[in-house]
Amino acid sequence: MSLAAVLTVDRLVAGYEPGVPIVRGASLRVEAGEIVVILGPNGAGKSTLVKAVAGLVPKSAGRVRLRGIDITALPAHLMVRNGLAFVPQTDNVFTTMTVAGNLALAAAVLPKAQRADGVDAMYALFPDLAALRTLAAGRLSGGQRQMLAVARALMVKPKLLALDEPSAGLSPKLVEMVFGRLADIRKTGVSILLVEQNARAALAIGDRAYVLAGGENRHEGQAAGLWNDPVIAELYLGAGRRTGCQAS
Amino acid sequence: MSSIVTLQFLVDGLLMGGLIGLGAIGVTLTYSILRFANFAHGEFIAWGAYATLAVAGVIGWMGGQHLGALGGPLGPFSVGWPILAAGLVAMVLTGLLALGLDVVLFRLLRARGNAIIMVMASFGASMALRSLLEFVFTSEPRYFSRDIQIAIPLGFGVRVTPDQMLMLGLTAALVVTVHLVMTRTTIGRSMQAVSENPELARVTGVNVEAVIRATWVAGGALACAAGIMSGITVQVRPFMGFDLLLPLFAAAILGGIGSVPGAVIGGLIVGLSEAAAVPLVGGGFRAAVAFLLLIAVLLVKPTGLFGARE
Repeated sequence: MSLAAVLTVDRLVAGYEPGVPIVRGASLRVEAGEIVVILGPNGAGKSTLVKAVAGLVPKSAGRVRLRGIDITALPAHLMVRNGLAFVPQTDNVFTTMTVAGNLALAAAVLPKAQRADGVDAMYALFPDLAALRTLAAGRLSGGQRQMLAVARALMVKPKLLALDEPSAGLSPKLVEMVFGRLADIRKTGVSILLVEQNARAALAIGDRAYVLAGGENRHEGQAAGLWNDPVIAELYLGAGRRTGCQAS
Repeated sequence: MSSIVTLQFLVDGLLMGGLIGLGAIGVTLTYSILRFANFAHGEFIAWGAYATLAVAGVIGWMGGQHLGALGGPLGPFSVGWPILAAGLVAMVLTGLLALGLDVVLFRLLRARGNAIIMVMASFGASMALRSLLEFVFTSEPRYFSRDIQIAIPLGFGVRVTPDQMLMLGLTAALVVTVHLVMTRTTIGRSMQAVSENPELARVTGVNVEAVIRATWVAGGALACAAGIMSGITVQVRPFMGFDLLLPLFAAAILGGIGSVPGAVIGGLIVGLSEAAAVPLVGGGFRAAVAFLLLIAVLLVKPTGLFGARE
């Protein structure tokens, strides 16, 4: 384990039902300032892995460490206070609350004196949201909603930002915008763990990538060369044609 | 039919509607945050009323002559400081009763995640709590005060007793307080968050178990307030809460599950339409009118007036 590791996941086993693991011994590492991408065919366990790390899916074996501290058994609501923020794939904003209400709730984990500054910092980072603060979040466009979801997660100044398919349902132009913002966020010192179906866009901003299949590590490498790797072509691109070949 | 009859229903309807609204807030919060219909909620109303009587008795016994003039009725109202103070204590006690019921019953069942079992358990809890009241206090009706109040004419044939005005004022103050808590405070936003999306609430740092505890205490305390109102306007009986159960659910569903303003407005609609039904179509149809209205709203807008969710 490198000293600079922000997140280490060690042989993690996790699933919704006892005795039915979806993640079967997956391991990964995110180092300081890195964007790490998790790829894999449908049903590979990518989403379950990141949700288990965030404390939303029960873990039956393995270890998760954040900056060396064991957070395996930490409940989800304490993860954010320990520096791990998670943006779910769908339903990732409170639609019945205003933009300001969403951010105020996220700011509630900060000490009272820092809350107003925390909210202001997010409006500075996402000026589009500042103009929409009194609008119900359910009425935001897809791109604005994703920005609010990321702002909600960044409120706690996390060490690690984990995102489950932030490109889902967005147009290619918006995907480019959202991923551009993720690259900016990384520059502020936040490490990013990115689960994606959109491999090409994710690998373009990622440093390293893991390929998951059947809930296990299948491959890993530098993001730059991975798109042309024959293993990727076989596992990942092949999944669409050969239905369920590696899926659990 | 004179104009006296036609406008007087407004006072009775607002009073009954406010009372139903206070009870319906608890129903709608429990339904949306714990995701089950709590049929024991009516018992919190009855227990709240009896708790107020009991605490007022203790205050009277302890205070005795020391209370002096404070012990008597307050100004033009039929009740005095002991009842109001007892009401505040009883709201806390009823909140704790609701919390206790969760600890000994619902929390254990929640772990299994079956909403039907929770509903059935709440039926059982309702019967047990009601029988306990009958056992301790008998089914003989009790009264906060036996004073006869003179109604004050307000014009347009509407007459209001001082007690009715006091209760309308207190209800309005409670409703405004609850609304401000729900929209301006962290615990209120957390309740709204858990109600909409528990998983997202957890990753936003909301302690769902703490929110559930707050929901029980708030629902119990507001039910107690409804019980005191019902006790002052009518009488205190073990069945007083159970008899209100269907109007409570009608109000909560009418307003939209999860919406606090919806529960209050739903309560007012149910209360006013019931009261209007008496002079218009006869007292026998009183209960039916609220349900016809409920069916009509649900056909047009299945989520209720202010509901966001299916």
